[in-house]
Amino acid sequence: MVRTRPDLSYTKEHEWVKVEDGKAYVGITYYAQEQLGDIVFVELPEVDDDFSRDEEVCVVESVKAVADIYAPISGTIEEVNEKLLDNPEIVNSDPYGEGWLFMMSISDEGELNDLLTAEEYEKILEEEGEG
Amino acid sequence: MTLDHSSQKKTPFYDIHLSKKAKIVDFIGWAMPVQYSGIIEEVNYTRQKATIFDVSHMGEILVEGEGAEKFLQRVLSNDITKIGLSKAQYTLLCNYDGGVIDDLLVYKLADNKFWLVVNASNKDKDFEWLVKEKNEKEVEIKDESDLYGQIALQGPSAKNILKELLKDKGVGRELLDDLGYFEFIGAELFRSNSKVIISRTGYTGEDGFEIYMPWEEGVEAWIKLEKLGEKYDLKPAGLGARDVLRLEASLPLYGHELSEEFSPLEAGLTPFVRLNTSFIGKEALEKQKEEGLNRKLIGFVMDGRRVPRQGYELCLDDNKVGEVTSGSFSPTLEKPIGMGYVTSEVALVGGEIEVKIRKSHEKAKIVKTPFYRRG
Repeated sequence: MVRTRPDLSYTKEHEWVKVEDGKAYVGITYYAQEQLGDIVFVELPEVDDDFSRDEEVCVVESVKAVADIYAPISGTIEEVNEKLLDNPEIVNSDPYGEGWLFMMSISDEGELNDLLTAEEYEKILEEEGEG
Repeated sequence: MTLDHSSQKKTPFYDIHLSKKAKIVDFIGWAMPVQYSGIIEEVNYTRQKATIFDVSHMGEILVEGEGAEKFLQRVLSNDITKIGLSKAQYTLLCNYDGGVIDDLLVYKLADNKFWLVVNASNKDKDFEWLVKEKNEKEVEIKDESDLYGQIALQGPSAKNILKELLKDKGVGRELLDDLGYFEFIGAELFRSNSKVIISRTGYTGEDGFEIYMPWEEGVEAWIKLEKLGEKYDLKPAGLGARDVLRLEASLPLYGHELSEEFSPLEAGLTPFVRLNTSFIGKEALEKQKEEGLNRKLIGFVMDGRRVPRQGYELCLDDNKVGEVTSGSFSPTLEKPIGMGYVTSEVALVGGEIEVKIRKSHEKAKIVKTPFYRRG
């Protein structure tokens, strides 16, 4: 499995963002799911809820750990990946695809520039000793 | 690039874990494998086939001499005179208030020679306590932790795998059939003139064995077991799976269900506390028994999928009645399960409680433990 994809943006909290038709899809990175291990529960946010950047949006739980998921940008939740309610393990098997968590509107396009490129994110992983 | 584990202690199996791409974590100063393929898979393998665990971080303290039995009777809560030769016993080391310093296994190696197998996290504390409390003559206490590696082989196929190993060494295979739970044998397994201890014990709720070998024979032992285990689908498992397995079997873990804050009576370990013997902490425990227990350890199963974690509040009608000590998703039950202390009046099997997970109160039901018992 690929560790990062060049077409995505990242946060240092190990979330990824994919902008499509002016909307942002958000998930957790390959590294994040690997660190968590077997994911057994995903709490999804409510559609129409507003979040500012860095605000806690939802929670991903594995057998042994809990991870808070933060809003990588400010916006409103437009859609959530309901498939994860019954099959949270998809986040492990396909973190960059079927394992996306939620999709949100983008209230400030400028915030997108603050996200990390795949290359910059790789550097952070290396600094964490996982390069 | 790999993580830097240079400052951590390593077991004989460290390089093997690395070669198998195990995820290594710091466990109280030891670089230990937390998982190989994944906790759920490793738990399922242990329940259905067999797995091999590195548990070399456990401590071994030798107590020997004419006064050894008398001394141990005075510091341990169980009745040591009830252990036969080549048998092991679960027991508790208590402080004067009846709090638990450690839970451990005593192996009776000879009449005046005992081995205490203790938690890695408590080894130094135990050793110091034992040395401080020793006033009997002719008792020698030695920390042998760095001399022995330890492998746990657990699961329904464990006996067959071990039989192959014994056959190879010319040791009677039937020995294993006759070996009862909590009994052990010494054998020359890997090198001549080198004794290895095989005990029918474990921490998973499965049939299984714990094998103690001289540190330098560890790698040989692991490789040999893995090779013989191939046809039984033997796989390595890490500390993550071990923790889930012991929780499913409702076995207490020090630092979670046990500590100096809790008494063994509150933890439901009454069968291992022999108040007809005389030991440190007995008076406090007797008093507690007379006055009645304020809190008790319970097991609970969650309604939803959210996982209870240590420290989460246990509530009844929004009021706090206790705290979670261990929690996990149980792969065997396919539900989140947990243990925790609650006030005695709440501690009834069948009772409904809530686990406070962030802002919400999630429903849970108190159940009879163990959650899992092998059929």
